[in-house]
Amino acid sequence: MITARYHREIPQRYRLEAGKCSGCGGVCFPPRLVCPSCGGRKFGTVKLSEEGKLITYTVVRVASDKFSKETPFAVGIVELNDGVRITTQLADVAPDELKTGRKVRMVFRKIQEDGKAGILCYGYKAIVI
Amino acid sequence: MRDVVVIGAGMTRFGESWDKSIKDIFVEAALGAISDAGVDHIDSLYVGAMSPGLFVGQEHLGAVMADYLGVTPVPATHVESACASGGAAFRQAYLEVASGASEIVLAGGVEKMTDGADVTEVLATAADQEYEVYNGITFPGLYALIARAHMERYGTTREQLAAVAVKNHRNGAKNSNAQFRREVSAEQVMNSTMVADPLRLLDCSPVSDGAAAVIVASMDVAKAMKKNAVRVLASAQASDTIALHGRKDPTTLGSVVTAARKAYQMADKKPSDINFAEVHDCFTIAEIVVTEDLGFFEKGKGGEAAASGATSIECKKIPVNTSGGLKSKGHPVGATGIAQIIELYEQLSGKSGARQVAGARIGLAQNMGGSGASCVIHILEGK
Repeated sequence: MITARYHREIPQRYRLEAGKCSGCGGVCFPPRLVCPSCGGRKFGTVKLSEEGKLITYTVVRVASDKFSKETPFAVGIVELNDGVRITTQLADVAPDELKTGRKVRMVFRKIQEDGKAGILCYGYKAIVI
Repeated sequence: MRDVVVIGAGMTRFGESWDKSIKDIFVEAALGAISDAGVDHIDSLYVGAMSPGLFVGQEHLGAVMADYLGVTPVPATHVESACASGGAAFRQAYLEVASGASEIVLAGGVEKMTDGADVTEVLATAADQEYEVYNGITFPGLYALIARAHMERYGTTREQLAAVAVKNHRNGAKNSNAQFRREVSAEQVMNSTMVADPLRLLDCSPVSDGAAAVIVASMDVAKAMKKNAVRVLASAQASDTIALHGRKDPTTLGSVVTAARKAYQMADKKPSDINFAEVHDCFTIAEIVVTEDLGFFEKGKGGEAAASGATSIECKKIPVNTSGGLKSKGHPVGATGIAQIIELYEQLSGKSGARQVAGARIGLAQNMGGSGASCVIHILEGK
């Protein structure tokens, strides 16, 4: 995973960079080549809002082998203040403190370890504020 | 397009087939279908399978199966649409016959899930790898996100989710091809191991091996052979965003709504004309959401309907998953869409024994992939 495939996602995963359609103003995360709203193909780069609210969530208790050492962990869909929705882990929070509608802030965190060498892979998680 | 019918079906029992390979189970199902149809050849072959490459390290499945079935050099194609692969394969066979390009086509589906792969990881390839799975979500997790949203928005309860599993196990107990031929109680469902809150182990379809196949033919062939034929009234398919978070409302599945509208239009039927349905209950919440999105129940009332018995075989409203569904019959992902068609074929031929829906004339099969990014719907009519 620490390859071109990982590297090309860095602007999105590390800095929440998104594409803003020059035609309709819609924001795409991650950036795309074609705007799903208007079909536009010209985009500027914007940074997503770092705050938002929890739309729905779960606590994963059975994970794939890659995440099995992390269980249980909370994952949810967060709607950021600019309207973009993302799937993200919810960090530093006990499952019973989670509630739909809670305000969250995106933070930079380790997400997983890759392969036998355990190379660290980073991205965003949400913390409750 | 011309009339297309199903004239034969065959399947393996779903479950853990340690002593058989993916080829063995597919060939067993395909030979069963060919024999049931009484045909002496097929013009082409479609194989629905989600991920033979990751499950058993074998791709190029169309040719593999044509070879081992002994039907080379007929055209043979592997069809993939995640858990909707079987339904999509059936649709390709339907279109090929409807167009007049072929007279007799075998549509099959297969998955061999117990050969050692990390099943959770393989199934997760049906979601967005970089922006869902990278962050640790699993398939039970995605449906748990749907479940919580549905419960909070519509008041769907834990007991209503359990009612789906209880009903499907009751049906599956009467199906000799089901993986779990036993009933479960609501207490057992609600006390089973938590997988992804609020979904527990008995809310989830199992890991299964299995294969299913049907013979699709033109009405002309069926008439010439004087075969019992079940007509395909509609075939529809739709897609949606690959990521669940890409949709405004996680409590409804847009691909199901769209495919259903197209299917009802093509068949010239309404939801109330459907006598019974096989739906994609990969998780209990899925059956609740899908029975709403198919128009059988008002949005938000699917849980209440399941708990009231409105989807049981005995009920006159709309029996759902008479086969036991994915929950009890098993869910070898690529085979599921074809197995649904087989349940329709048997019900519409009056061959379902203890599971027979009295007077069944029109059945609907709904097969979906991922968290609903693909949906394939077929409506079949018996005599």
